[in-house]
Amino acid sequence: MTVAEPQFQIEESPQNTVTASDTQLDITLDQLKKLVSPRALTGDTMLLNMGPQHPSTHGVLRLLLELDGETVISCVPDIGFLHTGIEKTHEGKNYTKGIVLTDRIDYLAPLICNLAYVGAVEKLVGVDVPIRAQYIRVILAELTRMNSHLVWLGTHALDIGAMSMFLYTFREREMLLDIFELVSGARMMTSYFRVGGLWRDVPDHFVDAVRNILKVFPQRLLDYEKLLRENPLWKERTVGVGVIGREDAIAYGMTGPSLRGSGVNYDVRKAMPYSSYDHFDFSVPLGSTGDVYDRYRCRMDEFYQSLKIIEQALDRLPNGPIVTDNRKVAPPPKHEIAYSMESLIHHFKLWTEGFHAPEGEVYHAVESGKGEFGVFISSDGGPKPRRVHFRAPSLCNLQALPHMSKGALIADIVGIVGSVDIVLGEVDR
Amino acid sequence: MGLEQKLGNMGVVTTSLEQAVGWARSNAIWPMLFGLACCAIEMMSTQASNYDMSRFGMELMRASPRQSDLMIVAGRVSRKMAPVLRNLYDQMPDPKWVIAMGDCASCGGVFNNYAVVQGVDEIVPVDVYVAGCPPRPEALIDGILKLQDKIKKEPLTKWQ
Repeated sequence: MTVAEPQFQIEESPQNTVTASDTQLDITLDQLKKLVSPRALTGDTMLLNMGPQHPSTHGVLRLLLELDGETVISCVPDIGFLHTGIEKTHEGKNYTKGIVLTDRIDYLAPLICNLAYVGAVEKLVGVDVPIRAQYIRVILAELTRMNSHLVWLGTHALDIGAMSMFLYTFREREMLLDIFELVSGARMMTSYFRVGGLWRDVPDHFVDAVRNILKVFPQRLLDYEKLLRENPLWKERTVGVGVIGREDAIAYGMTGPSLRGSGVNYDVRKAMPYSSYDHFDFSVPLGSTGDVYDRYRCRMDEFYQSLKIIEQALDRLPNGPIVTDNRKVAPPPKHEIAYSMESLIHHFKLWTEGFHAPEGEVYHAVESGKGEFGVFISSDGGPKPRRVHFRAPSLCNLQALPHMSKGALIADIVGIVGSVDIVLGEVDR
Repeated sequence: MGLEQKLGNMGVVTTSLEQAVGWARSNAIWPMLFGLACCAIEMMSTQASNYDMSRFGMELMRASPRQSDLMIVAGRVSRKMAPVLRNLYDQMPDPKWVIAMGDCASCGGVFNNYAVVQGVDEIVPVDVYVAGCPPRPEALIDGILKLQDKIKKEPLTKWQ
């Protein structure tokens, strides 16, 4: 009896399409030898490709996993699937236009990225920011931190299997987005901070809206804690998983809650205070063992510290200007243009060419939801920067992933990736 | 229940096969769970409590392209991601549709540079473009409703 051979028809792909053979995922054998153990080449262990399209990699991260049964022998992250060329694009934009691009680096904490960038430009140009603007910046930065942590909590719990957390945290996140919309008109891409101050003053009911958040959130956080903190399933999946020691965490250049989970007391808000963070009383939550559970605890405790900072800033929110009176950097108020020739010239210069920054280099770091978010600007004296570089905390934290996942079970990889809290827009930029 | 009360005891409903198939297809779209950048966060908001995309018959986000028939390209597509995206599209079974969500997926958005594909329609055919950076969840829902209208009108075959 003969079996008819199946007839395969190979369709010719149209010319403008990219076929699978063009993909840059292929690596040569020599490259592979450097990445995995010799056992993988003999077929003793298994190579498994996770991502770039995977629901639990928080974006487009690709992990090459070498598995012995269910145990991870090595884990090789492959990044760059979201490379956007933001740093290069900055070179063609003046300092005011550059703010727009910073929103899209860490899109879970756009206002903190704005803050880092305008802080660096202010340091470079040498402008002072009025105290009211600084306090409003602090309030919004802390709300943004909570926003970032809410997305982390929802997706991290969803990855491990606690689906309901995602629905709860995104409900609360909408409250925060309403505040951002109130002040800037946009839910996510705010571009609200400007060099020398703010885009415009906050509306009258801003204070009430933030006070409402202060009232609602403690109860909601308590609900989250009830669901997860002592949940035996949650602890089973997180305690003792993905451990990284104090020295290793420092050596990998980790920052933020991922570092503090290992017990290292480093917070940019305390170490290098910016935007009057030294006026407020808050503590830095620390972990001890550096496992997934400790990192979770650190971030949960940071919610309460953020609420504490916001409350102090609201109580002491002064009246006054919201933008510097240095007309070389900040545009003059519209009514001044009507009678002052000098203001008209400033207005025209600022909106056509932009302001010139003095020649030099500057580095300014802020504490984002993920860690130390730094901006380096090199200026040649013109209205556009010569080079802009971002120190992305997610990228540095991601470097420690192979260390953390060595010897872990494959099911724990999603938990470890979630606990590092990466955002791929920031990793690849 | 509801239908009988409205229509009475009709017994027989006449329609064309095309309309029946289009109606069935449009109300059970399974989108692929596939996020790229900022828009993916708004796509998650659209599925979450406040906006609840499942009201429109699309609560089943499938992580596998083999089980999905709608690709929502949410975010900027880099040159490195483009072949992967095309690969995913090729793996989806017919009939399949694509929504380009946001300015980057539609035309490159603010990133007119070497790294970003200037519109995802360079690599896959796009049915609906949703503008915004990122689009609000309401905008994405509107885009999905537009796509449902389009699917309802789609002919089963090209009549000569």
